[in-house]
Amino acid sequence: MMADNEPIIEVRNVVKRFGDFAAVNDISFDVPRGEIFAFLGPNGAGKTTTIRMLTTLLRPTSGSIRVAGHDPAHDQEGVRRSIGIVFQDPSLDDELTAWENLELHGVLYGVARTLRRQRIDQLLTLVDLANRRDDLVKQFSGGMKRRLEIARGLLHHPKVLFLDEPTIGLDPQTRNHLWSYVTRLNQDEDVTVFLTTHYMEEADRVARRIAIIDHGKIIAVGSAAELKEQTKTQSLEDAFITLTGSTIREEEASPVDIMRQHARAWRRRR
Amino acid sequence: MRPAVLFGLWLRQVKRYLRSRARIIGSLGQPLLFLVALGFGLGAVFRRAGQGDYLKFLAPGVMAMSILFTAIFSGVEIIWDRQFGFLKEMLVAPVPRLAIMFGRTLGGATVATVQGLIVFIIALFFGFRPTHLPRLPWALLIMLLISLLFTALGTAIASVVEDFQGFQLIMNLLVMPLFFFSGAIYPLQGLPRALVIITKANPLSYGVDALRTSFGSATEFGMTLDIAVLAGVTLLLLIAGAALFNRIEA
Repeated sequence: MMADNEPIIEVRNVVKRFGDFAAVNDISFDVPRGEIFAFLGPNGAGKTTTIRMLTTLLRPTSGSIRVAGHDPAHDQEGVRRSIGIVFQDPSLDDELTAWENLELHGVLYGVARTLRRQRIDQLLTLVDLANRRDDLVKQFSGGMKRRLEIARGLLHHPKVLFLDEPTIGLDPQTRNHLWSYVTRLNQDEDVTVFLTTHYMEEADRVARRIAIIDHGKIIAVGSAAELKEQTKTQSLEDAFITLTGSTIREEEASPVDIMRQHARAWRRRR
Repeated sequence: MRPAVLFGLWLRQVKRYLRSRARIIGSLGQPLLFLVALGFGLGAVFRRAGQGDYLKFLAPGVMAMSILFTAIFSGVEIIWDRQFGFLKEMLVAPVPRLAIMFGRTLGGATVATVQGLIVFIIALFFGFRPTHLPRLPWALLIMLLISLLFTALGTAIASVVEDFQGFQLIMNLLVMPLFFFSGAIYPLQGLPRALVIITKANPLSYGVDALRTSFGSATEFGMTLDIAVLAGVTLLLLIAGAALFNRIEA
């Protein structure tokens, strides 16, 4: 077990290569327990690859990681029990209802039945989907799906919550709700939050510390105020651009994106 | 391995099946076509060749076909799960991969068996009559075994193949040959040597034979060998499938 003062996420010299390309190139950082930590970077900088390694979905090429006292490379189940994830891409079952998606999640995470049902009701109300609980997810709009995914990530009360660009496609009201809830969860339940976002004002508002990653390397870590001071800028957005430059990055289509395109073509053909 | 997890994943497969009316109806069209076109079309020739009632011969073959298609498709559905992202949700859950694969496979096999039973009922309407009623319960067991075998095969394949082109390739190069070289539509006696080897190497041949036997027809390989082959191959595929599924990175 881990000591209380030990960081809940510990990353040491982690490298992830895909062929010749180093998506993550020797990064190290700590996230203390109970912190809200933002991981910012332009497209293709290595944010999602890092989250995938932290959440046991990818194995690092080299380096070491500890999440909640477990090593994702060797004790995947230990890590998985301790974390919740809201993925950047959709990951709901469209053919199930909102309630069924949450129910299955609760079963997979071993949340006891009574507690599970109770939390599902609470969370559905929280994300404003209580009246749509028995509708199939495929009938939902993008924003509704997002909200459902967030509810799902919270259902088992994880020690560390990973939010990979959770507010994409949400209106300002919902974004506001979401961040208030995440902040409250962080304070009341001592949930550590690891988030990525492209909205600088969100990171500025909720994150206690921010790491900026570019070309697979961490180029700055500190509070929003520290980053602004370091770059002599007024806003986090300016600080970000000063640090990462103003060229636009093209992200290559991932295998999943390519597959989605085929899927669309295939459905049309039927 | 918590039973609730297996049940949850099983239930998911069954619900998905019950909700896709198009899939149910579509998957019944093909068996229907085979029963009508082949059953009535070749019936006269079959009888003249001294082989007896063709429908009685063909019906178990068409049930096996229906199970084969549904089962492989259920297994291969992992490609869909990957595409719609749900695979990630399962892969990061604190559940052994073996449990995920097993729960899914049980669900897919249940669906395939139900599909086989529906074809059985349709065949009854066309005049198919099992002649050995005490052996009938065996038919259910055999259907389940065939279902498990090919769902496991589908899962194993889907763990390796990542896109839809791969899926098309499987359907054309694997599933159709499995069906056509299984003795589902023609007797296995008096075949050219090459075909004998292929049909004997095809696990579906044993499934078709066992099914036919449990409906009261004469057996080709013997029920014991049939069940031994089906059970053995199923076990092998489950182990191989689990190993492959374990290696998936999302």
